[in-house]
Amino acid sequence: MPASAASFDPWILAFSAVTVIVTIWMGFRSAKTSKSASDFFVAGRSVSVGWNASAISGEYLSAASFMGVAGMVMLSGYDALWYPVCYACGYLFLLLFIAGPLRRFGAYTIPDFAEGRYDSPVFRKIAVCFVLFIGFFYTMPQMKGAGTTLAYIFPGLPYWVGVAVVGAVITLNVALGGMKGITLVQAVQYWIKMFAISVPVFVLLSVYGGYGQNLSVNQSAADASTPAAIVQTVEATPTPRLALPEKAPKDEAWIAPFGPLTTKAAKAAGLSAEEAKPYSLLYTFSLIVALVCGTAGLPHILVRFYTNPDGVAAKKTTMWVMILIGVFYVFPPVFGVLGRNFLPELYAATGSKGPDKVVLELPVLIRQKYGILGSILSGITCAGAFAAFMSTFSGLLVSMTGALAHDVYGRMLRPKSTAEERMRMFKWCAVLVGGISVLLGALVEPLEINFMVGQAFAIAAASYFPLLFMSVWWRGMTMKGAATGMLTGGLCALFSAAMVNASTLASDKGPMGKLFSGFSGLNDFWKEHPLLRILCEQPAIWSVPLSIGLMIVVSKATRKTIPADIRMKMLVLHAPEKLGLKQEYIQEHQGAAH
Amino acid sequence: MPAAPGLCYIFALMSDTPPEHDDFIHSEEFLHGLMKRQLRLSIACAAAFLVVLVGLPLANYFAPDFMAQRVGGFTLTWLVLGVLFFPFVWIIARIFITRSMALEEAEVHLAAAGNQKRKG
Repeated sequence: MPASAASFDPWILAFSAVTVIVTIWMGFRSAKTSKSASDFFVAGRSVSVGWNASAISGEYLSAASFMGVAGMVMLSGYDALWYPVCYACGYLFLLLFIAGPLRRFGAYTIPDFAEGRYDSPVFRKIAVCFVLFIGFFYTMPQMKGAGTTLAYIFPGLPYWVGVAVVGAVITLNVALGGMKGITLVQAVQYWIKMFAISVPVFVLLSVYGGYGQNLSVNQSAADASTPAAIVQTVEATPTPRLALPEKAPKDEAWIAPFGPLTTKAAKAAGLSAEEAKPYSLLYTFSLIVALVCGTAGLPHILVRFYTNPDGVAAKKTTMWVMILIGVFYVFPPVFGVLGRNFLPELYAATGSKGPDKVVLELPVLIRQKYGILGSILSGITCAGAFAAFMSTFSGLLVSMTGALAHDVYGRMLRPKSTAEERMRMFKWCAVLVGGISVLLGALVEPLEINFMVGQAFAIAAASYFPLLFMSVWWRGMTMKGAATGMLTGGLCALFSAAMVNASTLASDKGPMGKLFSGFSGLNDFWKEHPLLRILCEQPAIWSVPLSIGLMIVVSKATRKTIPADIRMKMLVLHAPEKLGLKQEYIQEHQGAAH
Repeated sequence: MPAAPGLCYIFALMSDTPPEHDDFIHSEEFLHGLMKRQLRLSIACAAAFLVVLVGLPLANYFAPDFMAQRVGGFTLTWLVLGVLFFPFVWIIARIFITRSMALEEAEVHLAAAGNQKRKG
């Protein structure tokens, strides 16, 4: 580890502190202006396309995108590129199949949609569970990002202290500000993150040579057999790089597809490189399904579509989100590539000292040449990391707290509670959810940030995605079909992911290894059955079809219970808003209630 | 721009008169055509996206040497996945949004025309 990184750097602290203070100040300021319950839940539905797109992007670009992608590219090479690409492209699926209809239907949350589409308060209760399941899976990596960043800024600070401090600050902010504050804060934070990831990359590339040049240092197996490449302009001046430690993957495995990430299970089982390849292909496809479908089923992102004034705005917003996050995702892999060449010592470390902090530490290298600029740039990436985990954690907290306060308390426990009681409950629920998130976050130091986020996507892909997709496009769906499919697919994905995590934690050499030692037998089982390990680590490839299949079979068996006014519901979902069918639908429902 | 016939219908709906349920908009014919046209557009766009998304791992699998050739220091497959994939998706999204807005506009006209026909 460079001596410079081991000491406390006031520049880095200053930038991070400014980000945190500005975030909190904005939260408190907007707390004064957001009064009503609808202000809290979906910002009064009056957010412009530009603001909303920035806010969705700001909320979406989490610690996984900002820190985790770079760390994973450094650790696993090419295969890790699927993560940023599918994080961005999953939005296309959302746009093509879900965004417009969902907005036309009009409801505050996904459970609102579930209830409205099937006229079933029971189904709402089932749907709410997954807001919490997916949410907690998603908060764990954010908490690891927080612990890693604080341990970097204050060398010597225990990981869990960072988790607890950041968790407490954000929880307080959400409890006082609500979503109106969050929209503004999220939008600003997107631009902080964009600035923080791109500016250091441009400086680093100008000092250490281009993106392609740094990649060309890694010789693939094909380079040896076909020395004449199409355009080989950079070979004459190879970038000098530092020696790789023993634990680092070899060049040819790192730069080529089907590398360490996707072959891990097969390699552990003792299979040869050729034998492992089909397993890798399966892994890759399952990962793609999880990320692409999962994006379309993330509860904290979907709720934001309701903040668009109409369906056309919802579509325009999605387009802008794709551009904003697509541009962003070009940058983190560059950190991974440069980190491999110039910070190889991170390969030897684990947990919060490992490759997940490459984004934070890499700019410090410039200090040798340009002095203080290195510290400033590292301060900027730390500020970006704060923006990343703070914004995503805030968004998740609002969604999960909303589910608890709005659904569990307001509808199930005490339906007759006043608006004031619900607002008070919102604050208490925020504290509860924040507390659990901190506890879970403290456990997961040995796991990769990006990997954990991928798991949250897999659960969303097997639960909410089939629910939304099928409910929007197939009128034969019944509540029982939807519930069976969503519960079975989602829970299977959840248990598979949890099992893999427990076995990974069991093999940790630190305190977590002791805590989870009961699961170490699983690792022997995985060695015997590499295919099962891959199917559990990346469950989407079977759990998504399982969920959809169950929905179809059970719906067909219970077709008598298809909602009576299904044609009207489908019209509201699909007919252009100009026809005004929604108002008519609401009028009728009110009429029926009287 | 000529006044959209659909607007008359909206104003009719917004008034306090009870909604009519035997008109064209509420017919099975309209809903079926509407969903079919929307789904066809979405599936066409998704197919263009999926061909590349599924094709890339297959290309890596069956033609590793071709995908590993160098382009300005990148391997071809790295360049495609790490850089070129994003603009490709933006193009599909752009086409979808333009077409789906045109489709909505056409549906509004169709609905109004269908209603007039039924009344006539």
